[in-house]
Amino acid sequence: MSDEATDSPQAHEGLVPSAAEAREQMLEIYPKKTRRKREKQMLVNDPGSPGEIGANSRTVPGIITQRGCSYAGCKGVVIGPIYDILHITHGPIGCGWYSWLSRRNMTRIRKAGETNFLQYSMSTDMQEEQIVFGGEKKLALAIQEAYDEFHPKAISIYATCPVGLIGDDIHKVCREMKQKLGINIFGFSCEGYKGVSQSAGHHIANNGVFKHMIGLDDTPVEGKYKINILGEYNIGGDAWEIDRILALCGIKIIGTLSGGVSYDDITNCHMADLNVVMCHRSINYMAEMMEKKFGIPWFKVNFIGINGTKKSLRKIAKYFGDKELIDRVEEVIAKEMSEVRPVVEDVKTRTSGKTAALFVGGSRAHHYQDLFEDMGMKVISAGYEFAHRDDYEGRDVLPHIKMDADTRNIEELEVEQDPARFNLRGTADRKAALQSEEFSFSDYEGMMRQMGKDTLVIDDISHHEMEKLIEIYKPDVIGSGIKDKYIIEKMGVPCKQLHSYDYGGPYAGFKGAINFYKEIDRMTSTKVWKYIHAPWHDAAPAAEAAAAPEPVNA
Amino acid sequence: MLDGTTAEIRERQALRINPAKTCQPIGAMYAALGINGCMPHSHGSQGCCAYHRSHLTRHYKEPVAATTSSFTEGASVFGGLANLQQALENIFTIYKPKIVAVHTTCLSEVIGDDIPMIIERARREGKIKPDQLVMHTNTPSFVGSHVTGFSNQCASTIKYFSESSGETKNVVNLFPGWVEPADMREIKRMAKEMGIEFILFPDTSGVLDTGHTGHYEMYPAGGTTLEQIKAMGDSFQTIAMGPLASKAAAEELEKKCNVPSRLLELPIGLSNTDAFVNAMRLAGQVPVPASIEEERSRLIDMMSDMAQYMHDKKVAIFGDPDQVTALTQFLVEMDMKPVIAVTGTPGKAFEAKIKEICAEKCPEVEARAYSDVHFLHQWIKNNPVDLLIGNGFGKFVAKAEGNIPFVRFGFPIMDRVGHRAFSTIGYTGAMRLIEQITNAFFDYRDRNDPDEKIELVL
Repeated sequence: MSDEATDSPQAHEGLVPSAAEAREQMLEIYPKKTRRKREKQMLVNDPGSPGEIGANSRTVPGIITQRGCSYAGCKGVVIGPIYDILHITHGPIGCGWYSWLSRRNMTRIRKAGETNFLQYSMSTDMQEEQIVFGGEKKLALAIQEAYDEFHPKAISIYATCPVGLIGDDIHKVCREMKQKLGINIFGFSCEGYKGVSQSAGHHIANNGVFKHMIGLDDTPVEGKYKINILGEYNIGGDAWEIDRILALCGIKIIGTLSGGVSYDDITNCHMADLNVVMCHRSINYMAEMMEKKFGIPWFKVNFIGINGTKKSLRKIAKYFGDKELIDRVEEVIAKEMSEVRPVVEDVKTRTSGKTAALFVGGSRAHHYQDLFEDMGMKVISAGYEFAHRDDYEGRDVLPHIKMDADTRNIEELEVEQDPARFNLRGTADRKAALQSEEFSFSDYEGMMRQMGKDTLVIDDISHHEMEKLIEIYKPDVIGSGIKDKYIIEKMGVPCKQLHSYDYGGPYAGFKGAINFYKEIDRMTSTKVWKYIHAPWHDAAPAAEAAAAPEPVNA
Repeated sequence: MLDGTTAEIRERQALRINPAKTCQPIGAMYAALGINGCMPHSHGSQGCCAYHRSHLTRHYKEPVAATTSSFTEGASVFGGLANLQQALENIFTIYKPKIVAVHTTCLSEVIGDDIPMIIERARREGKIKPDQLVMHTNTPSFVGSHVTGFSNQCASTIKYFSESSGETKNVVNLFPGWVEPADMREIKRMAKEMGIEFILFPDTSGVLDTGHTGHYEMYPAGGTTLEQIKAMGDSFQTIAMGPLASKAAAEELEKKCNVPSRLLELPIGLSNTDAFVNAMRLAGQVPVPASIEEERSRLIDMMSDMAQYMHDKKVAIFGDPDQVTALTQFLVEMDMKPVIAVTGTPGKAFEAKIKEICAEKCPEVEARAYSDVHFLHQWIKNNPVDLLIGNGFGKFVAKAEGNIPFVRFGFPIMDRVGHRAFSTIGYTGAMRLIEQITNAFFDYRDRNDPDEKIELVL
């Protein structure tokens, strides 16, 4: 993080309580049991040796949380963006309604005549009759009606809370209808009560995609360097900016899971030579399973921020080890940076030393720190909404994470090597060779190692903690989501939505970085907060007298 | 846009495509926000609460505070008692509301949680103190729609808190139905102008349209106070607007406190506003002031000025029953032809009412309750219209059909700001509707007509 001199008052030592004191102030209002729970999720950071954070644990009932549910993580995040699957929510109307076009998964149809099903919301609109007598018949009929109406290539079914409770077997219905209609039909048991947040839904979604889509189409793909981007959802067109850069380098992306992706891309994406992972939290399961089955290695990348983008491109080039590619990547970086550099240098004159706090998602609160760093800003506090310990402390903590009841309920797929298709293009051998050169695979160092010492790490931040944080630190900008946005802004602090980008973007890659610098510059320089006080409230008597009316022709 | 939608209409028994309704709990949450100092509480998985807060925030661009019982699989099996009790303790300790309004979800309804029992037990065990108020309403998502959720929350509030002291006061209760905060402001302004004493319930103005002061208030100054809700039992009459949203509350108050009620359509358009003004005149035994007469005459003037652009124009409209019914009435008053009216909310009364309103002007009207936007879209493909009116989801249909002139009206609207600032209620609100409708026509012409047909004056 930047240590440049600053003119921002909150950065002056002594004026602001220490992170430990701030933490104590946030906790003091809580009842005992709530406090004990929240204490474990709020740590004063030590990047040298990250502490154990109580992440991925139950939300305390009654706490105003940012979190959503398993259905939102499964249908809303991971599967929902696949545009040519027809998606049906099995349940009462609400869940299908709220996940209708509310996430900015940008999509272009591949060829004329295709339907982008993301524009549609389909549901069995469960009524009391199905709650009492069961909903399987209605689900089967809904699938039939959807097929008759749209003739899709695949149909996906999502279970909502009551479905699990009344015991509808959606998977049986899917199997029967798949047999009957001859298209791929599969279901997700992503009832909202499963797990402790959206995160359970991500895992359930990964399992389903792996079981029902991955590996179905072995058609070879043209191209010298073929990769998949996992955990990139094309919010605001991020995936398209990454596509643009990789295309300039000569790297072919088979599938981006799941931003702007098609069903066909996913069924064919095991033909790649490498998986790179953007959002570790939502899709590391897929990366692991694909490696086990097909021998496709993976490593973590970050296309948010120029340093992350450069590092990620260089690592991909190094993986392929081809001089032509390595040189090409350097040319692209040099050319793109000639556009980025003047913008960031200009913006930095205003943003340097300013402060930010980020509370969002399961990777963005980490990724976006790079962009703030580029601008010379200091991240004073950060935390995820639904991440696990490994996203904070690094993947080396994985063997030490205790299995709890909520996690145990989420299926862990048994994956075996595919004897015919494992290491088909020598990817496992390439990994073995590179590993001896200290090239890291299956890696993620987590958020805490990158954050400054004595910053405050807060998992699943509550409304109360957010209010206290603003009161204590008054950051220059906060990155969060829609539910917090106007709360934060009423307090006079600009809030950048990092789920929806406030309908802007892209923020990934080089052009995205330029967009983000300009946006944060706009937000932290805005005059609007100064208008809050009407001029007559703090006018001095002399000024009052000077403003008194005078005869116009005096 | 919506490229899979064809003109071939198949009757569907099981599949809802592009709904024109959402679920009950969000309506309960919205209504509860219209009670001063109230924390709405969603008893179910935390996803429900997250979705409702996000949705309301996107529509109002305002903070929406609400809490949840955050069910996990364990709570879903063993019941939500422990979760709700812990939630109440946390809410009163941390967020200090005057009242917590608990509403159920499909999850807690299916497992059969007995909310009054849980509240009672928490009270008995000292987990909530005697002065900490908690109420509940049942809002299973598999019954009714968001509008019935609103209605249930209103009726339950009255059941819990309205009282009759035995002394009837010269006060009229005004139930606005599910309308925007700006509309609630307008109803209050008109009632003040009429010079009647009134209590508006619920009242989200000053809660979901607050100004910027540099401070965040979890419980803004707006909302009907608990004292007012209690006192509604002593009012001599209730004027309940919007039958679906307000009737249950009016009936509850009549039953509990003997306050007679008059049920009106929402005061949207000329005759519905006339009915509202007349009801206030009769209730308050007051003359209609010149200022209101003048507002009315300005509306008639604008209707007459713009009549040529609206005459016989075919309109497709979708949304919530109370809104669609009232607006359809106004369309007919403006000599337009509402050719199709759709709501997602179940209830056959809607269809009969629309047919009655359109009997003279457009007897062939297609009226559908418990239907969806996909059906409306397919119907439009077979019967092209001049204007589409509906919530924000309508823009996809409008674009798919060659950018039909489109007026956003109803809930939700997440891509415009006007609805939260400017009312469409009353005479002035009707003028705003005329402005929006004619603007939609004129913008369409300006964008699509060849140069030689572009007019400076219209």
